[in-house]
Amino acid sequence: MGVTLANIVVTGCLYTLLAIGLTMVYGMLRVLHIAHAAVFAVGAMVGLFVFQAVPFGLWLAILLAMLASGLMGVAIYHVGYRWVLDAPRGTPLIVSIGIFIAVQALLERPFLLGPQASSFDASPDLPALALGGFGFTPIQTTIVLSTGAVGAGVWYLLSRTRLGLSWRALSEDINMARSLGVATQNAVALNMFLGSAMAGLAGVLIAVYENSVSAYMGEVVAYKAFVIVVLGGLGSVLGAAVAAFTLAAVEIGIATVFGGLFPRNAIGFAVLILILLFAPTGLFGKRLD
Amino acid sequence: MDAYLISVFTFIGFWIILAMSLNLLVGYAGQVSIGHAAFFGIGAYTSAVATVKFGVGFPLDLILATVLAGVLGGVLGLPALRVRHDFLVLATMGINFIVVAILLYTPAFGGAYGIVGIPPITIAGVEFLGLSMLLLVYGFVGVLFILKVLLLKSWFGFRLVAIRDDEEAAAAIGINVASTKIWAFVLSCSVAGLAGSLYARQLGSVYPDNFGFVESVTILAMVVLGGSGTLIGPVIGAVILGGLPEYLRFLQEWRYVLYGVILALLMIFERDGLFGPKSRLRLALVRWRHARHRVRP
Repeated sequence: MGVTLANIVVTGCLYTLLAIGLTMVYGMLRVLHIAHAAVFAVGAMVGLFVFQAVPFGLWLAILLAMLASGLMGVAIYHVGYRWVLDAPRGTPLIVSIGIFIAVQALLERPFLLGPQASSFDASPDLPALALGGFGFTPIQTTIVLSTGAVGAGVWYLLSRTRLGLSWRALSEDINMARSLGVATQNAVALNMFLGSAMAGLAGVLIAVYENSVSAYMGEVVAYKAFVIVVLGGLGSVLGAAVAAFTLAAVEIGIATVFGGLFPRNAIGFAVLILILLFAPTGLFGKRLD
Repeated sequence: MDAYLISVFTFIGFWIILAMSLNLLVGYAGQVSIGHAAFFGIGAYTSAVATVKFGVGFPLDLILATVLAGVLGGVLGLPALRVRHDFLVLATMGINFIVVAILLYTPAFGGAYGIVGIPPITIAGVEFLGLSMLLLVYGFVGVLFILKVLLLKSWFGFRLVAIRDDEEAAAAIGINVASTKIWAFVLSCSVAGLAGSLYARQLGSVYPDNFGFVESVTILAMVVLGGSGTLIGPVIGAVILGGLPEYLRFLQEWRYVLYGVILALLMIFERDGLFGPKSRLRLALVRWRHARHRVRP
């Protein structure tokens, strides 16, 4: 029981990290950012390469992976989304998919990750935690602590700083915010940077947790993160966190009770569709006009 | 023509049918879906089961596949009555995953091994393989294209466009939004089912993986790249994206890198699609027509 609960908490944390970045990007740009999964895989790869080059440097690996992912996010914005924000809604989605296909095919090349999965055998120098019935291994402790730190950081940024204020203004009405003096391009680029850095963090943590990095690791993420983000109400950070833990609990709960009888990804989507039927804009979404 | 080219062009024919049918939903009814491959798969599996397990012959298995995909399309389109915009996009993506999971986990459908040994289409003792199948597929492409033109010129076509442009306004002038949307799903998905049936008969085997998220995304990309809501756009999109991996074969492992880059760049430079209403090609065509018909004093 304790193991299952710890598993739910850790999976929920990983889902939260993935989804917060994605929902931040969606909240600002209204782009279905499939390429977030590519950023995630690149983060894991950079983490692995840094870790291999500098032994015992998991923290450095995480830091540089976040930096690389963040810069990649900014590049995706400036090269791609920036030009198609006011285009018909299918257009940015296809741009995003194009970027995802290209990056994944690039990671598949032998000079990067190659077609096989590589192992990421690292253990952070944090103690294993035992709290009541919960037992966390070092990597699980790292995941829980970093998610907590990221969550607190995002909450602080959004609700207590000028930057957060300008983000919220931008997501309400980008033209009005611009005319009131918000430096739009900088604010959006910073949003992409932070959202993507979180994807990079999630990439390294998941890679270490599952001891595997592969060019295809973004595939599951590309849709799993969307289930969470939509469930939470696209663009709502709190909603994304709640949805992440709900989905983790439902998936692991059903897997524990019924074993491998039901496919795990289909469960997520079945939950999504059921909830959308009753709450068409997600759990914490704004009502559509 | 050698067998390789025939097979490439036959597959492009399937993509054209799929893109045209999705265009009805995305381009004309305004309901963006990334779950179209699910109905392609439902059609393919219907034909596979009907021919392999029940020995059903040509026109009947195709009709069954079309009807079943249409009916399921109508049922699975029900969420669209409540769920809109990007939420609908994700819901259709979910439907795709659920359908693939059902195909994977139902023993009667063969799981990951799929269904093999599907006979080719036979009419009066003549087997449709290779060139004859190619011609049959393009025959369907032609007929469906004409049907689509007629449909869009009918009242139903106008109702679709009215809903796409403004759902509330359409409802206000007395259009039954719910029934029109469901019919759009039924028609679009039934044609995808038809394509699936032809595909199963051409390939001889079906696997759940052939009808997944990647295929749905590709079909949507064809529609949007060509120009959604135009007649010719999705056809061009299907030819380009269906053929691109083949043209780029000389690049070997680099081809999907270039494929992704080309897809993204084309969309950035031609945001309405190559043949979209305000695209360079469309404007050039209009200018050319005007120039030809100009009366000189």
